[in-house]
Amino acid sequence: MLGAVSLVVAAVVCGMVVFVAIKAWPSFHHNGPSWFLGGSSFERDVARMGTAGSGAPAAVYHVRTWPLIYGTLISSTLAVFFGLIIGVLSSVFIVELAPGVVRRVTIPVVRLLASVPSVIYGLIGILVLAPFVGNHLISAHEKESVANVVQLTGAGLLVTVTILTVMITPIMIALICEALVSVPPSWKEGAVALGLNPLRAVRAVTLKAIRPAIVAAAVLASARALGEAIMIQMVSGGKTFVPKPVDGIVFIFEPLRTLASAIVDYHEGINAPPLGAAVYSWALLLLFSALALSVMGYLVKLPLRKYQTQG
Amino acid sequence: MSATVTDPRPERAPRPRRSRPPGGGRGRRSSPWSWRWSDRIVLVCAWAAGVLLCAIAASIVIYMGFRGIQYLRPGLIFSRPQVSGSQAGSGGFLDPLLGTLLLTVIGVTLALPLALASAVWLAEYGRPSWMARIVESSIEVVAGTPDIVIAIFGLAVFQLSLLAPFSFQAEGGGVFGRSFLAAGTMMSLLAIPPIYTATRDGLQAVPSHMREAAFALGKTRITTIRRVLLPSVRSNIATGVTLGTSRIIGSTAIVLLLLGSTLRIESVGGVPGIGVLRGTGSALTSYIYENSPAGEGGAPQKAYAASFVLLVFVLLLNHIVERIGRAHAEATGLSVVGGVV
Repeated sequence: MLGAVSLVVAAVVCGMVVFVAIKAWPSFHHNGPSWFLGGSSFERDVARMGTAGSGAPAAVYHVRTWPLIYGTLISSTLAVFFGLIIGVLSSVFIVELAPGVVRRVTIPVVRLLASVPSVIYGLIGILVLAPFVGNHLISAHEKESVANVVQLTGAGLLVTVTILTVMITPIMIALICEALVSVPPSWKEGAVALGLNPLRAVRAVTLKAIRPAIVAAAVLASARALGEAIMIQMVSGGKTFVPKPVDGIVFIFEPLRTLASAIVDYHEGINAPPLGAAVYSWALLLLFSALALSVMGYLVKLPLRKYQTQG
Repeated sequence: MSATVTDPRPERAPRPRRSRPPGGGRGRRSSPWSWRWSDRIVLVCAWAAGVLLCAIAASIVIYMGFRGIQYLRPGLIFSRPQVSGSQAGSGGFLDPLLGTLLLTVIGVTLALPLALASAVWLAEYGRPSWMARIVESSIEVVAGTPDIVIAIFGLAVFQLSLLAPFSFQAEGGGVFGRSFLAAGTMMSLLAIPPIYTATRDGLQAVPSHMREAAFALGKTRITTIRRVLLPSVRSNIATGVTLGTSRIIGSTAIVLLLLGSTLRIESVGGVPGIGVLRGTGSALTSYIYENSPAGEGGAPQKAYAASFVLLVFVLLLNHIVERIGRAHAEATGLSVVGGVV
């Protein structure tokens, strides 16, 4: 009986994949592999799909999602990169360096940062950070230099990545701290006895031992970063644009749109079949990426589990 | 090589790179001042990272607290939102507050039995093992699925004409697919993983002699679970429920997609209780979203006030988790490791 109940969740997962895939199928079917490419005006495509009825011809389904994929990739990659640096340093700080009082303060702080709802992060981003960036960090010259392509308001890649980093770092810290604690203290003590200073011992022995956990933390945090919708929708500038590094430093101020934030943007139009199919196809891509990342996270953690059982 | 063995010059022997720091007595930790520059820089960076996190958290709490005290009035909490052009006339957020409560109740009510059954089954029976693996990994998948995907999946499910009774039907026969029931059901998916993980970990930590003692007294397996095991993991279940609740009240995407965009709680049909469940409404998160510049409202003061209330809830739930964890650690001598997120 209990077993049957516990299979409900498995059924829901299967249902989720099947449902979203069925709804997304028309978009993939009509676009083929070029669904993943760029080279077409995304906003014009979406506007056309949104006004189409149910008997729309195949040409209406035309959509090129590269701008969204690129936006998702660049924001998550940058956030995971910065988050990893801060995460590893502060995990070492929490577990190895901080005196007891500081540690007792820092752990609840990390927990707090993890549990602040994304809409509050978004609110702070859109009301505090974006105006600050727009007014103080972007010079008038920089605004003019891209004025004919895109308007820089402050909301964009920089604010998105900053907040995203703050949001995903706690997850990494949780996973890395757990691994750091599980490393037998005698390993580090041995290194200290050989004459290394405590910090170097941590770097040489402890961090090396938990490398799989660090990779797993990065993988799971990037799953979280890809799926963040509301916050990014609020602070990313609300414009489908591809921030190009060739633009120079202005690149970090340019707006972007990710797969998840596009779903929030266009969910109202879901009853127009072509746009609905497109929205579900973005969701399907997200779902599969999240699935792939959690499988990857599991696989990279396997070697760690092996010697954790040794004690 | 043998040459080094036969070479007896003591001054060539490798000397320790770093001598004992001046004044460093026996057993003293080496002072960072004696370290290499690169190590000192890493040390400073690690401290900076820790302090940075604390500073970010502190500035979020202080800023929201400041804005909350500035804009929050009792009238805002106890008045219903009104459709109005002006800020002064648009009312407060009583309905979103009730909406959040209602969603939490629905979500936890649905999630609790499912998560408990899965955890108990996995920890106590767990056979056949392939089925256990399926259950475990499917809950992990649910935990890793972005909530926007869960939301859009919910929309697909509740727009099926089979599930029409759960929301209202438009004139054309199209199912609206947005209601408290729809949103609450999907919310339960958010709450299942934390409850499941906490309960399973608790059950696995229960020493096996407790089970054996119960069996020796002639209890059946199911009685053992009900009378011995579940009571002993009560605090874990409470932790899981609290974590699940804080995920539910913080989720915006599901509310935005599945609860419709009416600020007031609009019930559908004549039956009072069921009408509300089938009807649309809002929660604190969607109220904040709608009143921020990203939504239509453009009333940042109200968004600040509502997010202050939301943040207070979250802090409260965090505090409860911590209290439970501490009480548990004192009672059993075990610390609840993990569960940071």
